Amino acid sequence: MTTMLHLVNKSPFERNNLDSCLRLAKSGSAVLLLEDGVFAAMNNAAYADAVKGRMGDLKFYVLGPDVSARGLDDTPLIDGINVVDYGGFVDLVAEHDVAQSWL
Amino acid sequence: MEPWEEDGPEVVKRFMYVNRKAPYGTIYALECLEVVLIAAAFDQDVSVVFADDGVFQIKKNQDTTAIGMKNFSNTYRALDDYDVEKIYVEQESLDARGLTADDLIIPVEVLNAESLSEIMAQQDVVISS
Amino acid sequence: MAYELNGKTFEADEEGYLVDISAWNADLAVLIAEDENIEMNDDAWEVVNFLREYYEEYQIAPAVRVLTKAIKKKLGADKGNSKYLYELFPYGPAKQACKIAGLPKPTGCI
Repeated sequence: MTTMLHLVNKSPFERNNLDSCLRLAKSGSAVLLLEDGVFAAMNNAAYADAVKGRMGDLKFYVLGPDVSARGLDDTPLIDGINVVDYGGFVDLVAEHDVAQSWL
Repeated sequence: MEPWEEDGPEVVKRFMYVNRKAPYGTIYALECLEVVLIAAAFDQDVSVVFADDGVFQIKKNQDTTAIGMKNFSNTYRALDDYDVEKIYVEQESLDARGLTADDLIIPVEVLNAESLSEIMAQQDVVISS
Repeated sequence: MAYELNGKTFEADEEGYLVDISAWNADLAVLIAEDENIEMNDDAWEVVNFLREYYEEYQIAPAVRVLTKAIKKKLGADKGNSKYLYELFPYGPAKQACKIAGLPKPTGCI
């Protein structure tokens, strides 16, 4: 079976990319939140529950440089989401058979 | 007239700029900020609203070093120099994102949607981006 | 267009504003000022340095009215007035001083 990395780069408050990704991602897949997608990683925001609901069967990552740019270094992120840098981004793409961008 | 003597504006209109998008992911926030400064430089009656993901534009502690883009959040602090003093943030948008006025880089007036809609209804021009 | 200084080329736009803000240095400022027929005396430097500090803090080149007000706040009413600034930079203090300071054209500039 192929392993899949899902890339979500739109804010969950503005677009339904994250909703669609969480609805269709198969158990065992990885999700990388980047650009405006990083808002889905905020623990105290309204979208946290949707992400927490899939924490058990999906692996979540968030791109650190985009977190810092948006002023979220002082804001709690959801427990269990791994922060990666650009090198980690490349590793994730290399480790998975398919990378899918939810544009 | 000498070059240093200024003419007042012929027409002053009430312009409201409604910021609804996060910075950096798209160009809207930066473009709107420039338009706000231009309107203010023309001595117009300018008010600025941050709602929906627009509230992230004025989130404190932005550090864009690693993404290689200009951190324009500091420019909002110059709005005061441009005499833009009517800055509103929608309460519901802050709440949904787990943020409060303390998380913002500039002093603002936090209003609920109902109060905000009343101010919006008094404008000559409303530009949303 | 471009400026040539000590064998190096500094790219500028068609109006003479430096393309790369970080490439600026004091010698280059004097060269740009010569192009504008402005002598860089202490008073002119004071305004140019003020603009660079303003840009550092707010990430913008201020419009002329804003510059005047900000200078008044920091250096007093003798210098924070349009007449004084236009005497130093006859073609517009924000426009010319920003160019010499290596900054982009002021936001809200006509």
